[in-house]
Amino acid sequence: MSALVFVEHDNTEVKDATLAAVTAAQAYGDVTLLVAGSDCASVADAAAKIDGVSKVLVADDAAYAHPLAEELAAVVLSVADGYEAIIAPATTTGKNFMPRVAASLDVAQISDIIEVVSTDTFKRPIYAGNAIATVQTSDAVKVITVRATGFDKAASEGGAATIETIGAAGAVGISSYVGAELSTSDRPELTSAKIIISGGRGMGSGENFALIEKVADKLGAAVGASRAAVDAGFVPNDYQVGQTGKIVAPELYIAVGISGAIQHLAGMKDSKIIVAINKDEDAPIFQVADFGLVADLFDAVPALEAAL
Amino acid sequence: MKIMVPVKRVVDYNVKVRVKSDNTGVELANVIMSMNPFAEIAIEEAIRLKEAGTASEIIVVSIGPKAAQETIRTGLAMGADRGILVEHDADAEPLAIAKVLKAIVAEENPSIVLLGKQAIDGDNNQTGQMLAQLLGWPQGTFASDVVVGDGSVNVTREVDGGLETVKLNLPAVITTDLRLNEPRYASLPNIMKAKRKPIDMKTPADYNADMATRLTVLTVEEPAKREAGILVESVEDLVSKLKEKGVI
Repeated sequence: MSALVFVEHDNTEVKDATLAAVTAAQAYGDVTLLVAGSDCASVADAAAKIDGVSKVLVADDAAYAHPLAEELAAVVLSVADGYEAIIAPATTTGKNFMPRVAASLDVAQISDIIEVVSTDTFKRPIYAGNAIATVQTSDAVKVITVRATGFDKAASEGGAATIETIGAAGAVGISSYVGAELSTSDRPELTSAKIIISGGRGMGSGENFALIEKVADKLGAAVGASRAAVDAGFVPNDYQVGQTGKIVAPELYIAVGISGAIQHLAGMKDSKIIVAINKDEDAPIFQVADFGLVADLFDAVPALEAAL
Repeated sequence: MKIMVPVKRVVDYNVKVRVKSDNTGVELANVIMSMNPFAEIAIEEAIRLKEAGTASEIIVVSIGPKAAQETIRTGLAMGADRGILVEHDADAEPLAIAKVLKAIVAEENPSIVLLGKQAIDGDNNQTGQMLAQLLGWPQGTFASDVVVGDGSVNVTREVDGGLETVKLNLPAVITTDLRLNEPRYASLPNIMKAKRKPIDMKTPADYNADMATRLTVLTVEEPAKREAGILVESVEDLVSKLKEKGVI
């Protein structure tokens, strides 16, 4: 038995979500990674060092400079033969191309798994995490996307996999990359940060996010936001933590001025320690918080920064 | 150009779903059902393309129980032109749905299939992508902006790091994200008018579709509950607690 795991990367580094997918793949025994990119040798080298991986396939071609779903599905399908499971992290890249792979293989996809119960049975959240379904597939090949917060990360050092270059799959050529506006920040990414401090509607304005940014910089934390704060235009959408944003599970999550709507809780309730700062003592966020502070955030957050 | 909008009837997004006591699923009896919110955004976008003169006809398609007629009717009241209901009472998986949609595409020849990125019940996020692959079409998923050009469409997508724009040859599949638009409410005259718009009643057999499921749901459970913690008195108290836990 063996599994093929798609490596999420930016042509320079392996993204952390890949490491969780590698852990999920261990259930299938032998693990092969696929790096599809352009000038991505450093990614292949890093992938070969991931613990528990036996082989890294590398397709280095201009067609994979950007993660176009049509091209990624084609290259995955070109090497898919013989694997019992084809696995990708449930990032926006994995979610984008994996159903194309499943459709071509004529199998069901099992999305966003949080546990491998056995090689054909998985747990996955439905209804925005308000229920957990255990599903069993009858397909011989399992096409799976993995929710990174559900699994420990495989060690990024300690492995010594062989690297094998494979040819490109031949450009599909029905789509092209135009451009991107990616947020640039010196802070860690939300999905891999150990500490996250998020602001909600209670922040009152985008300018006031400076208060929590100062705390974030002292803690080396990422900055997030609730959907209410995004909808109010305080911060861009890629800050959003929740059912319709990013799913996170850091060591410490500090929710500031966030009431705790179900849709926000769905994105952060697996965090190890949750802190809530809110002046409304009845806010639902306090029902999931390990430590709650009923206080005006405009007093408490500067005080927190000073105390760190 | 024609635009086809597949929609799904789901538990209304305001309903707090409850897991059944026998763990076979979630409680669906006497629960308010409505159109998947992402599908509503897809209909709105199609109507805007029609209002801009880009689209000529909007066809709303649903695969589901007879009651899904109401869901199609909602789309017609918003401004879509006609509907197709493929009646199927049991649960259907995204791959089977995609195959039925592919057969409808072959009959209708739309230039764009515009649908929600996921339904808020199963949260699968698969149908649009599967349909695109089965058709050999390009896809623009998680769309926050759609600009139709000559023979192509530019789709700006919500991705993990921000926004990405791709150019797709037409015909194409586009799936909607939340910020693409704010769907309109249907006006009373339009609700009345929608009652006279046609809905074709079909069955999976009309499309030679195999609706058998590949996945068996063994159990559905409540997620693990978090215990409420303690209230701290001051910022100093909070900081010392966090230091005790070793997280800062």
